[in-house]
Amino acid sequence: MKTKFQRRLMREARYAVTKRWWIWLIAGLLPLQAFALTGEEVMKKSQAAFLYPGKDFKARVVMKLINKDGQERVRELTMLRKNAGEPGGDQRYFMYFFQPADVKDMSFMIYKYPAKDDDRWIFIPAINMVKRIAAQDRRSSFVGSDFTYEDVSGRDLEDDNHAFEREEKIGSRDCYLVKSTPKGTDADFGYKLTWVDKANFLPLKEEQYDKRGARYKLFTADEVADIQGVPTVVKRSMKNLQSGHRTEVAYLKTGYNLGIEDSLFSERFLRQPPRKWVD
Amino acid sequence: MSRFAAVCTALLLAPLAARAEVALSGFLQQNTAFNAVAANPDGRHSKWLEERAQLKLDATGGAWRLLAKGDLALDHLGRQDQSELREGYVDYTAGNWDMRVGRQVITWGLGDLVFVNDVFPKDYEALFAGRPLEYLKRGVDAVKLGAYPEFANFELVLAPGFRESRIPNANRFHLYDPMPAVANRETIMPGEGDVGLRIYRDVAGYDAALYLYRGFQRTPSMRPDNMTAPTKISTFYPQLSLYGASVSGRAGEGVLSLEAAYYDSRQDRSGNDFAVPNSQTRLLAGYQIQPVEDLSLGFQYYAEAMHDYGAYRAALPAGFPVEKRRSHTVTARLTQFFLHQTLRLSVYASYNASNGDDFVNPELRYSFTDRVWGAVGANFFGGKSWGQFGQLSRDDNIYLQVRYQF
Repeated sequence: MKTKFQRRLMREARYAVTKRWWIWLIAGLLPLQAFALTGEEVMKKSQAAFLYPGKDFKARVVMKLINKDGQERVRELTMLRKNAGEPGGDQRYFMYFFQPADVKDMSFMIYKYPAKDDDRWIFIPAINMVKRIAAQDRRSSFVGSDFTYEDVSGRDLEDDNHAFEREEKIGSRDCYLVKSTPKGTDADFGYKLTWVDKANFLPLKEEQYDKRGARYKLFTADEVADIQGVPTVVKRSMKNLQSGHRTEVAYLKTGYNLGIEDSLFSERFLRQPPRKWVD
Repeated sequence: MSRFAAVCTALLLAPLAARAEVALSGFLQQNTAFNAVAANPDGRHSKWLEERAQLKLDATGGAWRLLAKGDLALDHLGRQDQSELREGYVDYTAGNWDMRVGRQVITWGLGDLVFVNDVFPKDYEALFAGRPLEYLKRGVDAVKLGAYPEFANFELVLAPGFRESRIPNANRFHLYDPMPAVANRETIMPGEGDVGLRIYRDVAGYDAALYLYRGFQRTPSMRPDNMTAPTKISTFYPQLSLYGASVSGRAGEGVLSLEAAYYDSRQDRSGNDFAVPNSQTRLLAGYQIQPVEDLSLGFQYYAEAMHDYGAYRAALPAGFPVEKRRSHTVTARLTQFFLHQTLRLSVYASYNASNGDDFVNPELRYSFTDRVWGAVGANFFGGKSWGQFGQLSRDDNIYLQVRYQF
């Protein structure tokens, strides 16, 4: 004989099971939604993996500018990067040029802010002068190469709408394919497609389309190496498909978390880059 | 004995040399500037005609660095011994201070061919004769001490001897001379050195600096021994102190630069001596933008104001050109890159609205390879016959520079 109280308990238990059944049903459906990343999220993770790994980073960068006839010019520099905080936040860049001869000893510093124009300074050894330079055009060529400043140090994610298109393989690697369309009209491209490696979120390929919809620039990550446990694109190239000009970049002597001091990013060291950082 | 000393020195330096990283580089250069309007006062047809070689040694070992940059030139316009130590110094770098001792190029301020706080010597002849930009500055023999505590950066420059700016040579340029008949000339160099201090730091995202200098004017003044019947003219460098400031930072789409300085003409504070420049205030406002890829535009407004104009006018002898109390100059520079930044067109123009002086310098420069570049350009001058540029109006020239770097 069940008491009134026991009947009530059983009723509630049955109700709870019924309720839980619905919860499980919903929970069973949810992961499909929760684990599919949006285009925005893929690009955010890609930015963190490609441009922000480590507290700091150093590389000897060798750029070959190759015209359609195969003639080469070489730009060689040491690039130092330091993050101010989390991925997507402020960064500082320091670059010291070894080649070509007429820019040897030139150094260059960028304070990069995600939501506003960079601050840039250049040291001109010929007259021993440090100058702040205007930098509103992030789509400008970096030292005459096919890479723009944005290609080197990143484009604000907020500047584009990012739409997940589909999954696709690049070679043997599974990738997310994301289409990014500029929100404003000031960009020099109509949209771009980025193939982001599902495993490490590095961009393995990027196609930029001009405003008429013609493909005009092609980025490829040609070699990914494990540097101190961080997958790093150590060889990359950017080809202008309309002019036939291309730029191949190799990162040598790469390192992460080297303890680069904040004070390095200053006029003092712009004038006298310390040997220990620019070798 | 000397061999013994050399061996000893070599042995002493060997450990340092073994640890040092040594880099040798340099260039070979040809530089020609043809007259475009008239022959030189000496009858020659070129402002510049020379072959030049530079060798640069850069050695680093620990906190020490040695840099030596020496030139050897063959001048075809009658100048002897064109060898020169361009720079030669030793650096010592510590945690929050450093030191540079020797001949060094120092540039202060923000101006583009307009100098408000840059009190260091220049080579105006190089600028006007179509030589490469690096020859605009002359090194000073000095000790430079840098200190970098948290709150600001300090740069103290102590030069035991004075080094003047080089003005165009009278054999090559048509210089204004108020007393051409007086052949007896002497130059009196200051018997002491000079000292400068620059303090700089970031202030709310702007680069701010203060400048203090005690020394001499870098360009000479002239004084005749007798105003009515001069027999001798003395060239000298009047005492000068400078108190200046500058700030630069982002403004709108570009970079805004502001500079101001008070020039205290210590040798003539009353302004009664016509041979010594009046005390002055100098102001500069500059703006640089990059409207599209590979194009940069720069604009400057520059003003000079005399402080004792009444005294200057009263003391000025009859027949001497009269300068205005205030002088206003505007400049513009366009720089455009082509062909993956291997071809550069640059045009600089300056116009002084107070005396009509103007200076235009277009230049096209191309890097044939990573080691060889060449430039072709021109210098055009105009204005009144006694103005800074006006006096050079017959010295317009077209120049060529070719350099092989190794």
